[in-house]
Amino acid sequence: MSPGRAVRDLQGGADPSAARAGAAAVAVRIRDVSQTYHDGRSAIRALDRVSLEVAQGEFVCLLGASGCGKSTLLNLIAGLYHLKSGTIEVGGRRVALVFQEPALFPWLGARVNVEMGMRFRGIPAEARRRKAIELLRLVHLEGFAESRPHELSGGMRQRVALARALAQEADVLLMDEPFGGLDAMTRDVLHDELEAIWSRTGLSVVFVTHDVREAVRLGDRVVLLSSRPGRVVAEFPIEIPRPRRMDSAPVAERAAGITDRLREEVRRHGR
Amino acid sequence: MAAERPQTAGDPLARDLEGLDALDAPRREREAALRRLGRAAWPKLAAVGLGIACWQLLVWSGWRPDYVLPGPARVFAELGELLGTARFWAAVATTLRRAAGGFALAVAIGSAVGVAVTRSRLLRGAVGAFLGGLQSMPSIAWFPFAILIFQLSEAAILFVVVLGASPSIANGLIHGIDHVPTLLLRAGRVLGARGFASLWHVVLPAALPDYVAGLRQGWAFAWRSLMAGELLVIIESRPAIGSQLHFARELSDAPALIALMIVVLAIGILIEGLFFGSIERWICRQRGLVEVA
Repeated sequence: MSPGRAVRDLQGGADPSAARAGAAAVAVRIRDVSQTYHDGRSAIRALDRVSLEVAQGEFVCLLGASGCGKSTLLNLIAGLYHLKSGTIEVGGRRVALVFQEPALFPWLGARVNVEMGMRFRGIPAEARRRKAIELLRLVHLEGFAESRPHELSGGMRQRVALARALAQEADVLLMDEPFGGLDAMTRDVLHDELEAIWSRTGLSVVFVTHDVREAVRLGDRVVLLSSRPGRVVAEFPIEIPRPRRMDSAPVAERAAGITDRLREEVRRHGR
Repeated sequence: MAAERPQTAGDPLARDLEGLDALDAPRREREAALRRLGRAAWPKLAAVGLGIACWQLLVWSGWRPDYVLPGPARVFAELGELLGTARFWAAVATTLRRAAGGFALAVAIGSAVGVAVTRSRLLRGAVGAFLGGLQSMPSIAWFPFAILIFQLSEAAILFVVVLGASPSIANGLIHGIDHVPTLLLRAGRVLGARGFASLWHVVLPAALPDYVAGLRQGWAFAWRSLMAGELLVIIESRPAIGSQLHFARELSDAPALIALMIVVLAIGILIEGLFFGSIERWICRQRGLVEVA
């Protein structure tokens, strides 16, 4: 993987977010988004005036302990939840979402699962098929095109889900703890794969995780959210050159610093 | 944009993935079809044998005289004779035609009601609760009313068969649609499924296992209602299994009566177990659900 993406080069300036906004088009602009749930009598504030910009081609990791509303934020960007306060602009970009569970249709084979989004957009069968096979090749699953989800391992299913999301030809890929349920070995390899696909496609990725090392391993920038209510409390540009490894010294060191800050946030809830 | 990585056979990422896939992919153990069939068949055959043995013992005990309760040998001889007559096959044809017609109509009505109830809150409130009650209503209780309205006719039988079967079918579909995992609905929405596309490509396929269970139960109700109907609504010119059963009782022809009962049971098992059972097993296998033998 070659470095040298415009986005990364400009990080580390006095105000990184301003520098990025000037350098590359903003893919997602989130302004003052607040979201409150009503749980019986009590109201839970999931998000509190969250503002965030994601540049075109940028890989942003949203990091936080449970209750920080990171999944809520993704669902809002994807348009699955109704936005009550604030604005989210994607500038007409197509948004795809990968869930924590693969969420494949169990009655369809891998290829047809990948084709579903294209079918809903009215793309003809032959073109759909070609595109699906091409994407399965991209996630190294061309040999399993006709396998059903239950015939695949967890990691393979998640790669089919990734191919299905990519089939939407989205500009923004949202991922909600996509590797949370996988073993460490599989996750490591999928990090490499995701990074390879991202660097080839120029996608903007918003990746939600509670694993600090995973965030540092993948992100151009790590955004730390506080819990209850979710607020942006800190942003960490990650300048470690790619390809990175989860267990390398620079990643571990950077992660340790961010973990300290995360612990501080969690401790506030102890009393 | 970064330069494209060369995709060669030596690509370490591809090799890592290949290795993991080979290790992690669930193994499929496929038994030879013949062996599976044999394994599934012998307990059933044993059960049939045991049933016949008990029957024979009961006859030997002299609990009822021979002309009231004949032994298996006489009944199977009678059955063999019956299978050779044209009248018997005409009766089977009539009964199966009624069953198929009634069940098809019940599927159409039950499915339409099922979809309508899940789409509209008003309908659910109005109809939903009655479906369960209708389902538990013994179909034979409908016959006096059906005969009053339709006289002793095909329509009376059809009416009761449809009433017997459609609530189960509607309930199966409603249950299936209500229990479609939210995750799949959300996945469908993210992929752009709206309205009818969502119903056709996401909701209905996901609801299929419960729907088929409803169809299976609906068939059982249809078959029971039909037999009750054929015992009551006898159309002289048209022999049917139920009416033959009725005549066998009138003539106190015990071997024929029991032989016909075996036919009713056999048709029920064939359609319920072999037809619907195979569909259910096929769906379970296809989706990797636990296979219920």
